This record gives sequence, C-alpha cells and structure tokens, in this order.
Amino acid sequence: MPSETEFEKVVDGVGEHSPLDLIERPTKPAERQVTEVASTIEVTNLDIYYGAFHAVADVNMTIPPNAATALIGSSGCGKSTFLRAINRMHELTATARAEGSIVMDGQDIYAPGVDPVEVRSKIGMVFQQPNPFPTMSVYDNVAAGLKLNNRKIKKAELDEIVEKSLRGAHLWNEVKDRLNRSGMDLSGGQQQRLCIARAIAVEPAVLLMDEPASALDPISTLAIEELISELKHRFTIVIVTHNMQQATRASDYTAFFNIEQSGQPGRMVEMDRTEKIFSNPTHQATEDYVSGRFG
Amino acid sequence: MSSTEASTPPSQRGDRVFGALAKGAGITILVVLAGVALFLLVEAFPALTAPASELPDGKSLIAYVAPLAFGTLLSATLAILIAVPLALAVAIFISFYAPKRIAGTLGSIVDLLAAIPSVVYGLWGIVVLGPAIVPLHEWLADHLSFIPFFAGQASATGRTMLTVGLVLAVMILPIITAISREVFLQTPRKLTEAAYGLGATKWEMIRMTVIPFGRPALISASMLGLGRALGETMAVTMILSAAGVVSFKLLTATNPSSIAANIALQFPESSGIDVNVLIASGLVLFAITLVVNMTARWVIARSNLVNA
Repeated sequence: MPSETEFEKVVDGVGEHSPLDLIERPTKPAERQVTEVASTIEVTNLDIYYGAFHAVADVNMTIPPNAATALIGSSGCGKSTFLRAINRMHELTATARAEGSIVMDGQDIYAPGVDPVEVRSKIGMVFQQPNPFPTMSVYDNVAAGLKLNNRKIKKAELDEIVEKSLRGAHLWNEVKDRLNRSGMDLSGGQQQRLCIARAIAVEPAVLLMDEPASALDPISTLAIEELISELKHRFTIVIVTHNMQQATRASDYTAFFNIEQSGQPGRMVEMDRTEKIFSNPTHQATEDYVSGRFG
Repeated sequence: MSSTEASTPPSQRGDRVFGALAKGAGITILVVLAGVALFLLVEAFPALTAPASELPDGKSLIAYVAPLAFGTLLSATLAILIAVPLALAVAIFISFYAPKRIAGTLGSIVDLLAAIPSVVYGLWGIVVLGPAIVPLHEWLADHLSFIPFFAGQASATGRTMLTVGLVLAVMILPIITAISREVFLQTPRKLTEAAYGLGATKWEMIRMTVIPFGRPALISASMLGLGRALGETMAVTMILSAAGVVSFKLLTATNPSSIAANIALQFPESSGIDVNVLIASGLVLFAITLVVNMTARWVIARSNLVNA
C-alpha cells in the first residue's frame, strides 16, 4: 500500500500550496482498490404515501452494484423520500408507508417479518447535515454502529476497524492524534467524512447519501466526491444531489425524478448512464431539467 | 446579572418599562434572599455563641444539628435514588413508547402528583403506604439484614426512613419527569436519524442520543427534586417516628429526624435560646440547599461545555 502522505495532484493547474493539500485524497484509486461485490437493488412498483398524500408513484428501477447512482430532480419531486424508503427510514415519520417491493440479495425488504433495524444495518445512510454524536469521541462515533445489537467485539479488533474505516473515509491522518477528542471539534467537512466512516464501519452493502455535500464548502465537497468514486469499489452507492456537476462528476448512473405539478406524486422519468442523461436524454423533461430550462 | 440586558439602550418606551420591571423583579429576588440569609444569621447568632450548657439537653450546637442534618440528607438521598431511575423510565416511556393517544393523558397524571398537598402525602404515608409495606420491611430485615441499611428490628408500623424515602420520591417524581420529558422530545432529529441509520433499535437510539442529550436537564431536574426533598417538612414530620439518632438503618422504629421536621415539631413549644438553636439548624439547611444548587449548576455548566 502506498504511503498515505503522498497526495496525488489530480486537478489541473493546482499549485504546490493548493488548499486541496489540506484534505486527504486517494493515492492511486485504481491500483489501491480491490473491488468487493456489492448488492444490486431491484425496485418494483414502489409507491410511497404520507397519510393520504401520494408522495412517490410507481418507481421501477434497478440500482447496479459497485456503482454510484445519482437521484436528481427539483425540490419536492420525491427523490429524498424514495432514498429514505430504500432502508425504510421513511417509517420514522408516523404516517409514512410504502407499497411495492425493494429486493436486495434475493430478499424483499418490505416482506412481512423483515425487521427495519436489520435492513438499516445492511443499508447505511449519510445525511445532509453532518451528524456525529455530540457526546462521543471521534473513536466512539466510528465504533458506535459496531457496538449495536449486542455485538461483542474485542478491543484490538475494534481499533482495527475504526482505523480502516477512518482511512476509508480519508480522515485517518487528520484525526489519528485526536481520536479521543469530541467529534464536534472537527470542521464540517471532516464531520461529514466522520459520518461516512461511521456508516462504512458496519460494512453495509449499500450506502445511501442524502445531499451529503450540500452543507459543505467546495474543497470539502470535492473530498466527498473523490471519496464516493473510491467507495463504490466496495459498496453500492445511491446519492441524492441538487448539484448537476456533482452528479456528472461522482455518479455512473443518473435517475431523474419529476413532479407534474404541486400535489401530484413524484415519478421517476428515466434512468440511464450519467453521460447519456446529461448529453442525450430520452425525455424532453429531463433535457429541460439538466440544461436548466423549465416549462 | 447584566448578561440579559441589550447592548444598545432601549429606545422604545415599552422596552424601558419592561426593562425596569424585569430589573426590579431580579433585584427583589436578591433582596428577599439577602433578607432571609440575614434573618437566619442574626437570629442564629445567640445559639452560635452560647456555651453548650445553655443549649437544649446541654449538647453543643454541632452535636444537636448533626443528627438532624444527617437525617435530612439520608431521607433526601434515598428519595433521589428511588425517584431518578423511576422518573427516567416514566419520561422515556411517555416520550417514546406510549401510544400517542394516551401519552398526553399519562403526562398530565404524573404532573397531577405535584398538585397533591404534602399534608395529604403525610396522611397517605401513615395510613396507607406505611402499613402496606410492613411486609416488605420484614422481608428485607429477614433476608437482607447483612446489608447495614436493612439491619435491626423492622418497625411494626412502617413509619420508617424507608417509607419517608418512598413518599418523598413520589413527591419529587413529577418535577423530574416533566423536565426530562420536555428535553427528551427536543433531541435533534438528525441525531436520532443517525442512530436509526446505523441499525439501532429504539432503545439503542435512546441510549445513544436521547439520554446523552438530556443528561444536563436530568441532572438539574434531579437537583430541583433534591432541593424539595431536603426542605420537605410536613410529610416527614407526620410519617417518621424520630429519635434523634444517627443511624443508617432504614427499617427500624428509631430514626434520625430531619432539620425541617424538627423545626416544625419543636418550634411551637420553644422559647428563648431554643428558638435560636432551631433557627441555627435552619441556617444549616439553607447552606446545604445552597451547596446542592451550586453543585447542580456547576455540573450542568460542565456537561454543556462537553456538548457544545
């Protein structure tokens, strides 16, 4: 494994003392990464409701493994709701319910008897606002998920997983000397990478990201995007973003969601390879959205 | 005191009036507090300076107050040890487990406990709870007497330190529950979602986010409850069969009295220096309560620093 301190300058025109040097960046992703086979997600006829309100209608899609799939669309089109339905997080809203099926590894996560707690430990989530546990240290934040469900892990093994996860989130070098300090002492971008480390520590098969960089500055955003392109070698990634450039930079597939008018359910208009969605989409609505023309 | 004042002088008349009222209220509190402290000091002074031979039973002031202070702290500590876990459990149940429809009603019922006059609690302790838990006293004395707290001959009436602790616990339960409940519900959603997103069960979510978040409030609520338990007069006076001893035995008929109960019992029949002695014991209670409150503030300030 190459040294962690050799930062590769991948952006053209970056000088010797670029602010990009301040963040950890992958050394050669292609050589370093060993692809692990992640899970495919098959979504069939999925409808999501909040009480009587039909929020998302009839979504059918196949989310491929070991790739980043971006969900784009205007506000209120249901893409975040759909994302949260993939690990049943929407159920935290009392009136929310979903109909249809989402099959992962041959198991419908909406089948009767499936425990949402189990689903969420296999399908991790990173949120819009960095949300480390404020009373926990950096170390305990990463270890938090590993201590759940009465799992017993030896200290040495825990140390190893925490380091691996922090390295995986490009945060190890920045925090290795202050693992026992509060996670709240970190910058916003570091906190978000800490949350990613926390999510990947439990080795989920899928990582859902709800606008993970929208609260961050451009440098931290770039760090997250680079991280995504590396993490997809180990996980299936689904990312909601409002940022078109982010979708083109960080994703392999893009699904466009749209809403006809307020009060109507959101629908998935089309899903394709990201290049195709942004250069030559099948539907006019997609074309209008990605090129910034509406109506 | 001045931290709440605006940095720019209020220009509006309403602002000035309200500012003056608020300031006046603040000053009034300080004046009343200073007045009480001054009264206690002045009235206690003769007792503080008198030789032991002139005091009740010919004992020194310290020898007189110490068992009372001990009884006060013992009953209040017992009440806190019983009430805090119970209040925590009730608050968590109402906030997260009770069906929405009954949660509100349940909360109001707990709040109602605070509306019961302490003399009623006293009667209830003597007539109902005391006799009802005599079997519990006997069982503890029979089986757990190797623990010093449960040593000795169990009281036949149930008018013991244990009963007092239980009654005080019920009395301070509402304040601790109400404050905890309100703060628990303010746990930031992004934290609870973070826990659920990792595959936490509801109980694990509560342990990871709700309890750490609510801890400063739980501490301050407990201290408020402790303050009330320390100063509670009526229930303790009525229930406890006091003997003015220093004893950790919770089940026997010989119990230390508390400062407040002792004042209530002795004051009507006291005169001269005896009154000064009682007031001196009141000064000790005042000091204990002050220390408890200041410790609570210090603990809260410290845990806020950790959270920030």
